[in-house]
Amino acid sequence: MLVSIVSYGLALGAVYALIGITYNVMFTASRVFSFTAGVTGMLGGVLGALFIDRLGMPVIVGFVATLAAGAVLGIITEVLTVRPVLKSLDQHLYVLSTLAFALMIQQLTAIEWSTEPQPFPRLLPIGSGLFDQQFWLPMVACAVTIVGLEWLYRRTLIGRAFLAIAEDNYAARALGLPEQRLRIASYALAGVIGTLAGFTGAEMLLAYFGNGPLLNFYGFVPVALGGMGSNRGAVVGGLALGLFQQTANFMVGGIFASVAVFVVFIVVLLVRPEGLAGAATARRV
Amino acid sequence: MKDLATSPAPVAAKGGLARLEALAPVLVLLIAGACLPLFDDSYLGVIGTRACIYWVLVSGLNLVVGFAGQIAIGWVALLTLGAYVTSVFTAGTAAPELSPYLALAIAGLFGAIFGVIVGLPALRLRTFYFAMTTLGFATIVTQVALAWKSVTGGGVGVPGPIFPWPFSSPWGFYFFCLGLALLCTWMTANIAASRVGRALVAIRDAEVAAEAVGISKPGLLVKVFLFSGAVAGVAGGLFASLQSYITPDAFTFDLSILFFIAILIGGRGSILGPLLGTIILTALPEFAAPLVAWSTFLYAVLLLIIVLAMPGGIAEVLDFKNRRPLERHREIRPRPELLGTPSNPDASRGVLTLKNVSLSFGGVRAIDDLALEIRAGEVHGLIGPNGSGKTTTLNVISGYYAPQQGQVLLSGRALRRRAPHTRAAQGIARTFQTPRLIGAASVLDNVMIGGSKDGRGTFVESLLALPRHRRDEAMLAQAAMTALSVVGLEQLAFARSDRLQHGELRFVEIARALMLRPSFLLLDEPAAGLSAEEIKRLGDLILTVSRQGTGVLLVEHHADLIFDICDRVTVLNLGRVLASGTPAEIRAHREVVNAYLGG
Repeated sequence: MLVSIVSYGLALGAVYALIGITYNVMFTASRVFSFTAGVTGMLGGVLGALFIDRLGMPVIVGFVATLAAGAVLGIITEVLTVRPVLKSLDQHLYVLSTLAFALMIQQLTAIEWSTEPQPFPRLLPIGSGLFDQQFWLPMVACAVTIVGLEWLYRRTLIGRAFLAIAEDNYAARALGLPEQRLRIASYALAGVIGTLAGFTGAEMLLAYFGNGPLLNFYGFVPVALGGMGSNRGAVVGGLALGLFQQTANFMVGGIFASVAVFVVFIVVLLVRPEGLAGAATARRV
Repeated sequence: MKDLATSPAPVAAKGGLARLEALAPVLVLLIAGACLPLFDDSYLGVIGTRACIYWVLVSGLNLVVGFAGQIAIGWVALLTLGAYVTSVFTAGTAAPELSPYLALAIAGLFGAIFGVIVGLPALRLRTFYFAMTTLGFATIVTQVALAWKSVTGGGVGVPGPIFPWPFSSPWGFYFFCLGLALLCTWMTANIAASRVGRALVAIRDAEVAAEAVGISKPGLLVKVFLFSGAVAGVAGGLFASLQSYITPDAFTFDLSILFFIAILIGGRGSILGPLLGTIILTALPEFAAPLVAWSTFLYAVLLLIIVLAMPGGIAEVLDFKNRRPLERHREIRPRPELLGTPSNPDASRGVLTLKNVSLSFGGVRAIDDLALEIRAGEVHGLIGPNGSGKTTTLNVISGYYAPQQGQVLLSGRALRRRAPHTRAAQGIARTFQTPRLIGAASVLDNVMIGGSKDGRGTFVESLLALPRHRRDEAMLAQAAMTALSVVGLEQLAFARSDRLQHGELRFVEIARALMLRPSFLLLDEPAAGLSAEEIKRLGDLILTVSRQGTGVLLVEHHADLIFDICDRVTVLNLGRVLASGTPAEIRAHREVVNAYLGG
């Protein structure tokens, strides 16, 4: 039982962590939390099932097509819902515009795909039991993503430009960095990471339109607890959340696990609004 | 300002006719609603009942979303909660059977409690967090309803309550719901037109200024969440009765979206707009059958369009009054003489002292070992080049920043650190470098916000328009009108403040600050953007205010104004005091002349 708690919990946690990173990548580029994070995760599963199962594409082609769709979705998010409201960031209009867009995608999926959870194809002809691919695939995806992002941000010029914009938007623009193009690139990257999470997690979570709000919430919890913009915080928080949820699931049942997560979330936020690992907020006058 | 010997423009304009004009749309809707049974179409009755029930919930949510600007997207959870509480208590699955009215009241109680719990994060955190907790709560409530089979019946469900005669027939129940909807409209309209409503909008659009006039955001939001949760719980009970049998499936997230979008389509800060929005969104899918599957998708599209293209919603379209052009060539003519006898006669006033205050931002020393003394009845000028720490000094005094060293003392007693909302009660008022006003509210409302702490009525008194609430309103309106006359803007009292020119906004801020009858008034560059003539008038106004016993701290770049009216001047440079003394001494100070004033 312990092994199944750990493997299932870590796998779920890896998906949450990836969604958390999706939030973060968009946030660092624009100071915007986007509701599309969970929806891209949901689409990763739905599109994967669509491409591979219904359209009969080879796994690898379906995989690439799904991620590409995620990138396109990220770009549309930026152009349609973020850029127009960036000027008035303090009015929080982005919450509404990204919510509206996320809902549109979700409803479209419900109508055109299905409102019932659909099975997701087995991706690889290997592994079974407690070490099934449905458990380790998300973990591998999470590890690859975090290593890749570290490499991108620390070792490449474009990654440093990302960081410069996250640190000080005005100064970065004054240096002549193409802020807008970098922001678009960030959103495309976020779309890829989101769909990757959904694709690798779909054998577990199935291709289901209702996963969107769920991933939105459980992906945001590690971000809020681990500190906004911190990818390491998101990974640690995500894995911890997954393990906690599964343990509670086995010990006391699923609903109480959800209630417990919710209570912990609210209490931590009230005690430490900046998150367990975050820094205090900046000036506002 | 209590002396009204020379009475300014009357506050009238809200007389019988104007009130009727404001009430007319609601009356029309009410009459239309009352005539609905004449169609003798039971399906129409169901739609009408549903619209009434939704409005009971939306009217409360409107105060959270439309007025306070808190993005609550999962409010369906409270509807679910109320529905189950009412049904469970009337069906007797968990407790002895109760009368449906009592069960409905208990549902309201549960709704109020959970409204506050869900709202807790909004008291301290940014908007997005609150949106997320309401979303999380919405998913959990449905899961609990599904799993707690012994009480909720799980997926099978429980029967809804049936209200006794005369509300047992469909039309009887319709009128019951219509009555409650009317009650909610009346109550929230009362709140909207009270200092609570104005304070909520201030939290939404000018949070920093709201703190400066003494509005405590957490206290206010808790009350609003209590009310909003309670009506949502009651709406849930009604909903259960209308459904006659409830299962978790009945409470889809789409409903939440409907409630939320009805408010935004209607327009933030309006009662009529969201009411129309609710009716339209409830009725539309019923009359356009092919749209039903697509309705939530269309709501989302509508939301996106509203956010990007017309943030004001229906209310702005209907706001004919504010399209009448304002007079073109306006002049601000303050009438300081209207201040009358000393505005706060009991003031021995005391001194505001800064003792060795230091504050750094990262490696930058914004102010460094600053000492400053502002006395009652004097104008104290604070000048210096950009970045010398003038505004930071103001922010330390008004409590936005806590100094890392040193103290701010009011007549020898230390002021609470980092507690800007306590300054108003201490008699410290201020204006801001960039005016912080509520663009969507009238000039008069903006000024009335300055007197928030003088209101005596409670939230409930405002809700029910009890006498003390009405006295508060009359008193605040009168005082605000006087303050506006003092700064010379009474003719613009009923204009939306975002239609004013920049210079006028500065005077509105001064009027708002005067509402406190402050012992100390901190002015941050009040003369920026004014004409030479207006600056002179501003000088007279400031001088009159100070001669009544108010200590004024004036941050300014206009050297003429400073030297004309100040009793003492402090010059800052790089956060340190470069010189301090009478205007004549400062003018003769060699370093000051070299560094700042110029040869």
